[in-house]
Amino acid sequence: MKFDVVIIGGGLAGLTCGIRLQKNGVKCAVISAGQSALHFSSGSFDLLNKLPDGSDVDCPVEAAGKLDALHPYKKIGELLGFYADEAKSQLIGCGVDVVGEAGANTYRITPMGTLRPTWLTMSDFTAFPDGNSLSGKKLLIVNIAGFLDFNTKFIADSFESRGAECRIVAVSLPETERLRLSPTEMRAPNIARALEPETVLAALLSEIKSRSEWADCVVLPAVFGLSDLAPLDYMRSVIGKKVCLVPTMPPSVPGIRTQLVLRRAFERMGGVFMLGDSVAKADLKNGEIAAIYTENHGDYGIKAHCYVLATGSYFSKGLVARPDSVVEPVFGCDVDYEKKRADWYDSSFFARQGYMRFGVVTDDCFRAVKNGKALANLYAAGSVLCGFDALQQGCGAGVSMLSALYVADKIMKG
Amino acid sequence: MNIQQVNISENNFEQCIKCTICTVYCPVVPVNPDYPGPKQAGPDGERLRLKRGEFFDESLKYCLNCKRCEVACPSGVKIGDIIQLARIKYGKKKPKLRDVMLANTDFVGSVATKLAPVVNASLALKPVKLAMDGILKIDAHRTFPKYSSQTFESWYKKNAAYKQQSYKNQFSFFHGCYVNYNYPQLGKDFVKVMNAIGYGVNLLDEEKCCGVALVSNGLINQARRQAELNIKNIRKSVLEKGCPIVGVSSTCVFTMRDEYPHLLGVDNADVRDGINLATRFIYHLIDECGVKLKFRDGIKMKIAYHTPCHMEKLGWAYYSASLLRMIPGVELQMLDSQCCGIAGTYGFKKENYPVSQGIGASLFRQIENSGADFVATDCETCKWQIEMSTSKKVMHPVSVLAEALDVEETIKANAK
Repeated sequence: MKFDVVIIGGGLAGLTCGIRLQKNGVKCAVISAGQSALHFSSGSFDLLNKLPDGSDVDCPVEAAGKLDALHPYKKIGELLGFYADEAKSQLIGCGVDVVGEAGANTYRITPMGTLRPTWLTMSDFTAFPDGNSLSGKKLLIVNIAGFLDFNTKFIADSFESRGAECRIVAVSLPETERLRLSPTEMRAPNIARALEPETVLAALLSEIKSRSEWADCVVLPAVFGLSDLAPLDYMRSVIGKKVCLVPTMPPSVPGIRTQLVLRRAFERMGGVFMLGDSVAKADLKNGEIAAIYTENHGDYGIKAHCYVLATGSYFSKGLVARPDSVVEPVFGCDVDYEKKRADWYDSSFFARQGYMRFGVVTDDCFRAVKNGKALANLYAAGSVLCGFDALQQGCGAGVSMLSALYVADKIMKG
Repeated sequence: MNIQQVNISENNFEQCIKCTICTVYCPVVPVNPDYPGPKQAGPDGERLRLKRGEFFDESLKYCLNCKRCEVACPSGVKIGDIIQLARIKYGKKKPKLRDVMLANTDFVGSVATKLAPVVNASLALKPVKLAMDGILKIDAHRTFPKYSSQTFESWYKKNAAYKQQSYKNQFSFFHGCYVNYNYPQLGKDFVKVMNAIGYGVNLLDEEKCCGVALVSNGLINQARRQAELNIKNIRKSVLEKGCPIVGVSSTCVFTMRDEYPHLLGVDNADVRDGINLATRFIYHLIDECGVKLKFRDGIKMKIAYHTPCHMEKLGWAYYSASLLRMIPGVELQMLDSQCCGIAGTYGFKKENYPVSQGIGASLFRQIENSGADFVATDCETCKWQIEMSTSKKVMHPVSVLAEALDVEETIKANAK
């Protein structure tokens, strides 16, 4: 098999890169070992929320200049604002409806009901201009009976601490009660599927509506619209007042929809998406990748002019922690990590963790480094990269999309 | 010693991080609330079963063995294998007469082909269908595939075998039960295509049903015996004669490559790479070995390709799709990769019929709305299910190639 570019990893970074290339007529294949971390999405995309010193960021584009030299944003440099806008318009172009600007963070609701700064927010959710937007509101928090991934009490406490008045109710239908037969599997996507028939959704909404007269706003878990936005639009029109969705614990319904929408966009443009496959070995010749071999395709190699490593971090095994080292398992690229294991983590759970910054070393234009030398045709993008702490800095989605777009343009410019 | 490298069990259930992504992609969960889902049935349940086998839950029989959970799993857990192995190890329910009949595609096929006109006519009769429904619990909605009065093997021996040695390249064709007993035409199509590109078609010294239906109906010992016999003959072909094995059914090929070692404990490591699927084999010959296909002029068809579950697991739909796209005048639509609901013999059982049709419903809708002239797929049971549940005919990609091929031009192009 021959392609122009083979992208290893089918999550946010891999698909963002593939869509930009494919849109420009570059023939791509994406190889994805299982589903991606998009299934854990909060429904928002962060660009930069905090600097390494802990200070808050209001304007990500400006604050990025203060990051240290190893941060992927520093390699993108002046083009950061440009690529942030490109990322946003590419998402919207593919059918992921988002709002937000790279020049000013807004606030999103977390599954615990707290507010956190963010860049882009999917239209499922509400992006608040500041932390005081809930004051004086009467909020009806509605859960589906038996659903444990939506913590109504935490959410109410958090909203009340911001001056809102909250009431909590639980609703149920025979179709949602059925899910309680396997209580551990009563997760957001299973509820979303149960609500797919319009009659079921209508019955649930009429139940909610009948109990929401008192409220200014109805707060619901994000269990609507697994494959498209139609159930959300329908829900808002039936309830007839402000609806505020709160993300659930994973798996994430809007995240799964985003994965589906991006994959479909990529395939519609002619991209080849290979799910459930992983790279077993690679042929290296003269400082270049000559071919890769995967579990599924066995001895039939896959060849491309360029390869992109977008395998993600520890969760998707883009990085693997061994007792004494952190390795990149596909090509054995150089990984930047602390040599002493004790420096990997802080015993305080909420403190900044060293291992979050570990990742693959790249040159100025994101070409992956192996044995101290950049490989000529292997680029790395997304959370496999070193030099940033997605959790502490709130920059995971931004790094994924911006590095992916940057790499795509580098490949096209040659 | 690196403890992390040696403390992983064979089916790595302990690598499950409980993310539930498998359950999202399980086709059974949304339609059958009695099935607890792959995470619960697989890695979660395995912890309990390891403690005490009596924690085995009979609801594991609702698993289709489609392996879509494994394709989705971000942690590489062999969820489907865990579930099937648990059924093999702990399942107590004995297979019923019906299950034995459905599972023995080989035996039933060899009897039925001898009496094909009678069998076909009676299987289509309403009273017979109702009797099978009532007594055997084979759902009356089902249409049995017709039996051919001449097996593929006997056609081959009479009409094709004598000239195969004249070709420069040789391979062995694992025809499977469907080609042999129900639809020899697919085998003939394959011989036509392969001969045109200069490949002689051999049969194995002996082949038995791959055993997939035996496994799913709990007839494990018989499945293992057949697997051992097949692997013995495959070894003879691959290792002694240097002839790779090529099959046309994605499920037969998947079973022989992966289920033999994983579920039946039949080692095939020395020949696994030599067991291939027709479309992958042909694609590779074109891609790497200079083989050329020449097609007739004036072809115009819109095809919708359905990815069977085991094809999805193999990861090989790309080959079939690419071959179809090589035919000038073909417009190909890839249908969303999802289970059609039949899962081999599963959908034939009366108790599974509503679940089976419920699983396939969205696929059937997409097919009806596709505007395609027909559907193409590499699996025979998907074909039965789609033909029964939609208005479209289903063709194997090899048959599509055979029909579109300009045989004379192809022979000329590959003669050099």
